[in-house]
Amino acid sequence: MKLDTPIHQLVKKLKLGELKSLDLVRESFNQIERLDSDIQSFVLLNEKAEEAADKVDQKLAQGEDVGILAGIPIAVKEMFCVKNMETTACSKILKGFVPPYSASVVNKVEAEGAIIIGKTNCDEFAMGSSNESSTNGIVRNPWDFKHVPGGSSGGSAACVASRMVSASFGTDTGGSIRQPASFTGVVGLKPTYGRVSRYGIVAFASSLDQAGPMTLNVRDAALMLEAMAGHDPLDSTCSKQPIEEWSNQIQEDVHGKVIGLPKEYFDDGLSDEVRGSLESLIGSLERGGAKFIEIDLPHTKYAVSSYYIICTSEASSNLARYDGVRFGKRSSSSTDLDALYMNTRSEGFGDEVKRRIMLGTFALSSGYYDAYYLKACRVRRLIQEDFIGAFKKCDAILGPVATTPAFQIGERIDDPVKMYLNDIYTLSANLAGLPGISVPVSVSDKGLPIGVQLIAPHFMEQTLFDIGKKIEVLTGWNQRCPDVV
Amino acid sequence: MSYSDYESVIGLEIHAQLSTKSKLFCSCSTEFGGADNENTCPICLGMPGTLPVVNALAIEYAIKIGLSLNCTVNHNSVFARKNYFYPDLSKGYQISQFEKPIAEKGEVQFYLNGERRKVGITRAHIEEDAGKSIHQGDSTLVNYNRSSVPLVEIVSDPVMTSPQEAAEYARTVRSILLYLGVCDGNLEEGSMRCDCNVSVRKKNEAELGTRTELKNINSFRFIEKAIQYEIERQIDLLESGDKVVQETRLYDSAKNKTLSMRSKEEAHDYRYFPDPDLLAIPAPSNLVKEIESKMPELPVEKAERFCKSYQVTSDDAFVLTQSREMAQYFEDVVSRCEEPRLAVSWVIVELLGKLNDSKLEISESPVGASALGDLLSLIKDGTISGKIAKTVFSTMYEKGGSALEIVESQGLKQISDDSALIQIIEEVIETNPDQVAQYKSGKEKVFGFFVGQVMKLTKGQANPAKVNDLLKEKLS
Repeated sequence: MKLDTPIHQLVKKLKLGELKSLDLVRESFNQIERLDSDIQSFVLLNEKAEEAADKVDQKLAQGEDVGILAGIPIAVKEMFCVKNMETTACSKILKGFVPPYSASVVNKVEAEGAIIIGKTNCDEFAMGSSNESSTNGIVRNPWDFKHVPGGSSGGSAACVASRMVSASFGTDTGGSIRQPASFTGVVGLKPTYGRVSRYGIVAFASSLDQAGPMTLNVRDAALMLEAMAGHDPLDSTCSKQPIEEWSNQIQEDVHGKVIGLPKEYFDDGLSDEVRGSLESLIGSLERGGAKFIEIDLPHTKYAVSSYYIICTSEASSNLARYDGVRFGKRSSSSTDLDALYMNTRSEGFGDEVKRRIMLGTFALSSGYYDAYYLKACRVRRLIQEDFIGAFKKCDAILGPVATTPAFQIGERIDDPVKMYLNDIYTLSANLAGLPGISVPVSVSDKGLPIGVQLIAPHFMEQTLFDIGKKIEVLTGWNQRCPDVV
Repeated sequence: MSYSDYESVIGLEIHAQLSTKSKLFCSCSTEFGGADNENTCPICLGMPGTLPVVNALAIEYAIKIGLSLNCTVNHNSVFARKNYFYPDLSKGYQISQFEKPIAEKGEVQFYLNGERRKVGITRAHIEEDAGKSIHQGDSTLVNYNRSSVPLVEIVSDPVMTSPQEAAEYARTVRSILLYLGVCDGNLEEGSMRCDCNVSVRKKNEAELGTRTELKNINSFRFIEKAIQYEIERQIDLLESGDKVVQETRLYDSAKNKTLSMRSKEEAHDYRYFPDPDLLAIPAPSNLVKEIESKMPELPVEKAERFCKSYQVTSDDAFVLTQSREMAQYFEDVVSRCEEPRLAVSWVIVELLGKLNDSKLEISESPVGASALGDLLSLIKDGTISGKIAKTVFSTMYEKGGSALEIVESQGLKQISDDSALIQIIEEVIETNPDQVAQYKSGKEKVFGFFVGQVMKLTKGQANPAKVNDLLKEKLS
């Protein structure tokens, strides 16, 4: 199987003419055909993928410089607009919406030669931690079909884990890349807020959303980030920080690296299984020369409540545009304007989305704004300061991604609070705008992957790649693959 | 009951469309009159995933407006989302400013019936316009050409007490905006809109009365009329024991009435919060200073300069500086003839009188500034008298041509030549012996008769001063 090979090696072979992009794309479609009726990671396949691959092959044959992702098949989460491809955020309310534009980050990777294979399943409007709230149905974890792949980028995680593509795009608002990466045994990177343009990505919570890559290994994640990152004049919050050749600069030596262990992240909520695998990893890294210190992130206990106030507040406003007037679904049974709004939104949104719109609308209401939204913003500031303080003492922070490995389908869907607590270790990085990565470490007794999370200071993704690569080497994870593959 | 037992309290919200070429948050054209939805893109249509990027020129214009209204310009002012549902609002929220607007705490000065007035400015903030709903029978269509067009909303303190004052305030703000060149001030096309908040209370009452908001007013005259109507309506209500309902009312200029816009008042909760898609607007003091240094001279400053350098009265200076075009016209006339005093009266009395009669703006004047300057030069050097000049001016205004051409072709040159005048004077004395005798017997009033006769014979072209001197000499 070719899609098992790291991207930089594939690109090298493509450039040398030893491999054709068309072969990669066909392998991609074969794998999808073979496995995806069970896994359901894709909601839409790109009919023009082979055509695009053929073009890349022709250019390569003529010796043209096609880019750092020349001919590589990738998948994008259904939250990304792709020109002339239906984009629904896995919601009924956007059924039939075909954007006349692509997300900037889609344009960027296409300019680097990547081939978009299709759009991947996710929780409706990326609101969920299990990929069970999608209007396109649940996604199954390739390691065990009874389990969730995590969410919200469940489809993007599952399709990489099952080698249907070389890499995928996810979005991460509170852990939606890192948690499914951990649940499916792939690498998932949430870059620094502002590293990757948000233009053309369906907005959930604007101050928290960040797109990032999901890949089979750390070096691929670094390479993908090189293609995805960079300033975009269409996004005011997108940073002008320079893009580096992170993938070529990886130093897997951790000698002298100081890694912080927040005591708040190793509390009673953490399962023994995850704790055990992290402890053994910490031992290995120590033997490799890393130094571990205990750090305090004292406001962690307020992170979940602050996060859910901020993200629902922003979402309640971001989702106001889905009103049936201009695009997507319009309820046909309405006789006046109020009914048009009410029926369209009642029929178009799923329960979790409605819950969040109502929570956010409440939190922003006059009389409650100060007590909820404003206070949550203040706590967010304190959480950011916690991290700034911690990074004076260490180069990176290591902790769990989730309390447990992947849970079973249906296990938590009826308990929103339990579902929200899933994000407890990941959402602080979003509140603070920090880069975080999930790297696979081991498998549980039941054969489900367990990942570790690393968090670095703003724009220090290189640190995540360096330590992440060392972890990859120490655990020998690269050799592992779900049985179905 | 007496209306004079009451006083009115008026505040204005002026929405000025900034005259940038592109919209506030996307690169679509702001041009008026395009085909339906011609000037739209995914951003101003609020399509999923699109983001606003602020138009830097609009910020500069807003800072200029803030400075011209003597406001404090805030560094790092914040865009906020105003959330409400309406089909013409493409994102389900309007990007506006709430806490920390770009400018606040200013004042505007103007003259009202010869008295200087000051009106405080509460705030000026930037916001985007919405689209326009068009109702056709049972269906409604929406045109988003105006969606995201940049506006500055200028909110006055509620301190004005008469409809005239409110209208004069609005005229002054418009004039400032035109001076700055940041808004074309066209009320009819909606590039300037004026909402009036009106309440009444018994004189000496401390509490403000319940206010209504008047919308849909598209001329300064209607501002006065609408407020006047509304004041009387509110007093009538109170006098008959009713209450004023806080509501938005539309002015119907055809009926000269304000009408309730909504049958029941809706309690709006706009759920303002800072827009996470946009950064704070930087306006550091060095940038503000740089913008300030590029600001044109504003009406008040110009009027003060006119008073000083041209010895113009402050009333006249006020009239002359009402528009930048008028002030420029005046200064052009002065620089041509170097006679500021003549220029003042000719521009204000003669020219404005004629322009008013023919309903023309100064920019449309048939007589250009240099042509008028040349005419005044002829008065100055004694070629024609002021009286003749009026005739010449009428010809210039109606038929065109230069002053000198008209004077020469119609033989209107003033006769200042002594010998020519003496000849005529002697003729008048000879043919009117009775009047000469009366004059010599002490009836000095008869002197006017001789002047009249000389003027009659010269068709008014005799230099009046010379005629006086020579007549006295010959009659003595």
